[in-house]
Amino acid sequence: MRVKFLSLLAAVALVAACETAPQDTGAGAATGANAAGSVRPGSQEDLVVNVGDRVFFGLDRYDLSPEARGTLDRQAQWLKSYPNVTVTMEGHADERGTREYNLALGERRANSVKNYLVAQGINSARVKVVSYGKERPAVLGSNEAAWAQNRRGVTVVD
Amino acid sequence: MNKKTRLLLKLAGYAGALILSLGVAAPHTAQAELRIDITRGVVEPLPIAITSFAGSGGREAQMGADISRVISADLERSGLFRPLDPRGFLQTPEQLRAGEPRYEDWRAAGAQALVAGNTTALGDGRTKVDFRLWDVAAGQYMQGLSYTATPDSWRRIAHIIADAIYKRLTGEDGYFDTRIVYVSESGPANNRLKRLAIMDQDGENHQFLTDGQSLVLTPRFSPTTQEITYMSYFNRRPRVYLFNIDTGRQEVLGDFPGMTFAPRFSPDGNRVVMSMAQNGNTDIYTLDLRTRRQTQLTDSPGIDTAPSYSPDGQRIVFESDRGGSQQLYIMGANGSGVKRLTFGEGRYGTPVWSPRGDLIAFTRQRGSSFAVGVIRPDGTGERILSEGFHVEGPTWAPNGRVIMFFKDLPAGNGRSAKLYSIDITGSNERRVITPLDASDPAWSPLIP
Repeated sequence: MRVKFLSLLAAVALVAACETAPQDTGAGAATGANAAGSVRPGSQEDLVVNVGDRVFFGLDRYDLSPEARGTLDRQAQWLKSYPNVTVTMEGHADERGTREYNLALGERRANSVKNYLVAQGINSARVKVVSYGKERPAVLGSNEAAWAQNRRGVTVVD
Repeated sequence: MNKKTRLLLKLAGYAGALILSLGVAAPHTAQAELRIDITRGVVEPLPIAITSFAGSGGREAQMGADISRVISADLERSGLFRPLDPRGFLQTPEQLRAGEPRYEDWRAAGAQALVAGNTTALGDGRTKVDFRLWDVAAGQYMQGLSYTATPDSWRRIAHIIADAIYKRLTGEDGYFDTRIVYVSESGPANNRLKRLAIMDQDGENHQFLTDGQSLVLTPRFSPTTQEITYMSYFNRRPRVYLFNIDTGRQEVLGDFPGMTFAPRFSPDGNRVVMSMAQNGNTDIYTLDLRTRRQTQLTDSPGIDTAPSYSPDGQRIVFESDRGGSQQLYIMGANGSGVKRLTFGEGRYGTPVWSPRGDLIAFTRQRGSSFAVGVIRPDGTGERILSEGFHVEGPTWAPNGRVIMFFKDLPAGNGRSAKLYSIDITGSNERRVITPLDASDPAWSPLIP
């Protein structure tokens, strides 16, 4: 029951993301929809449109879901295709936590993502990390759908 | 740059111009005297008559009226006093200047205490301000003090007099001659502009200290009140900084490989304790401000953050998720003897040790509700003071009787953050007015 409820929430979250911030969507939702047009290979836009620039985390969690690992596998392949690209891994938390704790949690999430990419063969020197805690939500609103979108790791091309 | 220079001049004048010149001792009395017990929630605030301070000329009279207005506002905001409407006063300030008040007239006006004062130009550019306090019910003089200062310090004099009245009638130090540093917020929730700002505790003399180009968080005062430690994302590199109010100089603190955050001064001002996050692990460190030596205090694989010293500097309270969820712990100042403090339901964070040492304020998160509360350092006496959708980040008035915190409320599709103060008895919750949205308040010690 609980699993079902959570996956329903995740679906709601994706819909919300499409409505409010299409450029911020995760891999599955964005691929195809915006693929057309002139996207410079190796750019942030390329990463967002053709790979997916972000992964999402559970409440107070920093482990990677199978979906997140799928996105990061594609990111690793993409980074291997553009060996000169370096990235900054941003870790973010939702607003339901205290400021300092969320800074630490965001750092954990960013490192979780970085460590996965390094395990896939990406040189750790190419990946910096920064935590924004709850300071930079991707989606506005104080509801579970918004919070699910805001608990995230975002890969940003330097 | 220009702005900064102006601020410096203003604050320098603030620190230098005031000289306490004379104290007049109160006569001894055997009679039970007028006293407010502030350890209990006040049911009935003390009715007090605060007359307009009489002035020797037009300018002095105006200053006298301004001073008594600020004293009234300070005392009223404390929730312990009820300043009476001056329209009910039967004696003029000039009549009070002459000698003893007509106690029966003040009793008839409903007053239990009476304050009068004078402002006098000294001829050398300075002004003398004196005040007297009477116990109306007992018909007794209680206290009189005199201050000499440049006329532009009149606000500080008013706060200092309000502190003196508070202390005489409660037996506790006041907290009106203090300032608040906080984070001013504006703009959309997903790209909030955050600036350090400083103001008197009553919201006056408001100044922005940073321009908003870098995200800034969690400012805290040094014991001298002339320095602030805070976190800044300058150059997208989140680190703990020191801001000198006198010089406007900002410097990064320490040479840490990872993000540093959650800074606070030690009570002697010689160290800053903070967290450093690296490789997904957050531990607590100190930086000695004289030797610049960094010392690691915690070594758990979890998140150890939000450290705050006890007022004697011997212990540190902090939050950690080492036990599975965010809870409060206390350790020795060198990191030894860690003991868990909170065992309640929910998550506990942002602990701050009271300047009196008797309580630790915290933020508690339980389900969908946040609360600010206090607990004794031995783990007993936990009490919630304010609860809501999102309340966070308590800071103590220097007398340990009042807490300030912020509320983050959903507003439309964004949010609205405001400062509030509340008595530790849980009564007298008040909005603290700021020009824009506000979070992360830090209350200064009494200004030296």
